[in-house]
Amino acid sequence: MPGSVWTYLFLSVVIAFSAFPLYWMFVIATNTDEALAKIPPQVLPGGQLVTNLREVFSMQDVFFLQSLGNSVIVSSVVTASVLFFCSLAGFAFAKLRFKGRNALMVMVVLTMTVPNQLGVVALYILMGRMPGEGGWNGTLLAVIVPGLVTAFGVFYMRQFILDAVPDELVEAARMDGASTMRIFWSVVVPAVRPAMAVLGLLTFVATWNEFQWPLITLGGTDYPTSMVALSDLASGNYVLYRRVLAGALVATLPLLVMLFVGGRQIVRGIMEGAVKS
Amino acid sequence: MSTTRAAPETPRPGRDSGATASRRDRPYEPGPWRTRLHRFDMRYVPYLLIAPFFLLFAVFGLFPIVFNGVVALRHWRLDDPTLTGWAGLENFRRLFTDDDFFNALSNTFGIFLLSTVPQLLLALVVASLLNRKLRAQTWFRVGVLLPYITPVTASTLIFSVVFARDTGIANWALSLLGIGETAPIDWRSAKWSSWIAIATMVNWKWIGYNALLYLAAMQSIPRDVYEAAAVDGAGPWRQLWRITVPMIRPVVIFTVVLSTIGGLQLFTEPMLFDANPALGLGGDDGQWQTVAQLIYKVGWRDLNLGYAAAMSWALFLVILLVAAINALITNRLGGGRK
Repeated sequence: MPGSVWTYLFLSVVIAFSAFPLYWMFVIATNTDEALAKIPPQVLPGGQLVTNLREVFSMQDVFFLQSLGNSVIVSSVVTASVLFFCSLAGFAFAKLRFKGRNALMVMVVLTMTVPNQLGVVALYILMGRMPGEGGWNGTLLAVIVPGLVTAFGVFYMRQFILDAVPDELVEAARMDGASTMRIFWSVVVPAVRPAMAVLGLLTFVATWNEFQWPLITLGGTDYPTSMVALSDLASGNYVLYRRVLAGALVATLPLLVMLFVGGRQIVRGIMEGAVKS
Repeated sequence: MSTTRAAPETPRPGRDSGATASRRDRPYEPGPWRTRLHRFDMRYVPYLLIAPFFLLFAVFGLFPIVFNGVVALRHWRLDDPTLTGWAGLENFRRLFTDDDFFNALSNTFGIFLLSTVPQLLLALVVASLLNRKLRAQTWFRVGVLLPYITPVTASTLIFSVVFARDTGIANWALSLLGIGETAPIDWRSAKWSSWIAIATMVNWKWIGYNALLYLAAMQSIPRDVYEAAAVDGAGPWRQLWRITVPMIRPVVIFTVVLSTIGGLQLFTEPMLFDANPALGLGGDDGQWQTVAQLIYKVGWRDLNLGYAAAMSWALFLVILLVAAINALITNRLGGGRK
């Protein structure tokens, strides 16, 4: 069915509704306190962005820059690890024969439905018992290590490798004497780059946005992740929202860039994952 | 030293025998060391490839949930490490008489209903519009994903400002419609208003994502089914309910289960809607305190990890129950077999 004028109109309203909070964040992040107290509300961006940003980054009790740096470290390490380990496992499940393969794959799918969040109390205790002074709580390890693999990643890579890598190609490489790891690097990885791009984007976004577990394990430390730092910015009796939202703007920007650059891939990735699951 | 390839001790069926046969054509014959290496590669390397996933998941995913059950049966206080030991069912018994828990549970359900139902209905409508032949198709699809990639932390702080009593744009917009002109709505003061505000945030975030899931399923419905329905005089609305929804039922059930699991664990939105987020109170009287928030408060503010673990186990069971009931209802609504 071709789209009518009403279709376009309704969809435009949906897009406007989706974009409005982001626009509003920008409006507030660029204005002064006086402008924000006005009624009717200020609806246009002001010229205070640099001032507000400078305030965020120079705050004494919230180390926003370092927290951003931590977010970059955590998200990059987790993304790289998920891509590597989940592609390896996905390759094994899709193209290698071994005893118990099907049963183990069913386990992977089942683990996708386990809500990790409900184990936070025990996870916190476990992290406290990890080797090292005082365990891992309060360190980036506590946030990074539980994210190193995801069941969704294994599932997603397996689905893609099933179709994208022909069995004949794997066989041919074996006959040429290639080891399994060699086949992975020279045959599988080049063929699944698009899927890795999608999984990488989705993993990065999810890790960057994580809040509950980082709050529990890093809350109260000087250098948490940027999401926890944002909640610190918004705590207290006298909160300056132009400052909070200037910080939120900075913490959202990398993801907006990702959507801008890889939007088409992210859309395709979500839709492909949906059809097959 | 023999250059002939050692015969496999036990001939293995299937693909391996084929590989052995074709290897005979090759001019180069591997030595015994290479053969052993090859056998190791074929037999054990697959397990090495999947081992990192299972090991990490077992330690940091599965174990905590099981161990949570043990913690729930013990006294476990962060401020007094000596106060440990078996508590039996004490933590669970306490749960049944805890007004805070039942308040949080009813808040969670209230917000869950206000967010899930409109969210999935609107996602259906948006998806069916996106499924039409559109110009700038990609642009629209990427556009509806804006909320999905926005950190909940950031968007909740924005909505906090939008729903401010005196200077918020929500009240200003309502006053243009003649609502609350004399006394602006204090969104945080009452249950109903805070639930609506939080549900709005959840709806905002997930409509586009769910719409894409529906759209993916809709694209496999053959066009001529709609053409036949149109000839029979079915309008777009009827087509959506009578054709589209039944035909994409698996995905609808999937999203219902997914949003049940997510909705009942709601944490970030209620936390940051508060003026003092780190306390986990959910309003002065806990108007919008969710169970996940209460778990945080009991565990890391009151430092009673044992009781918090019991709560999270109770929540886990509630989620399983509700997800199962929802899947069942959805299956029937969509015209599934009775």
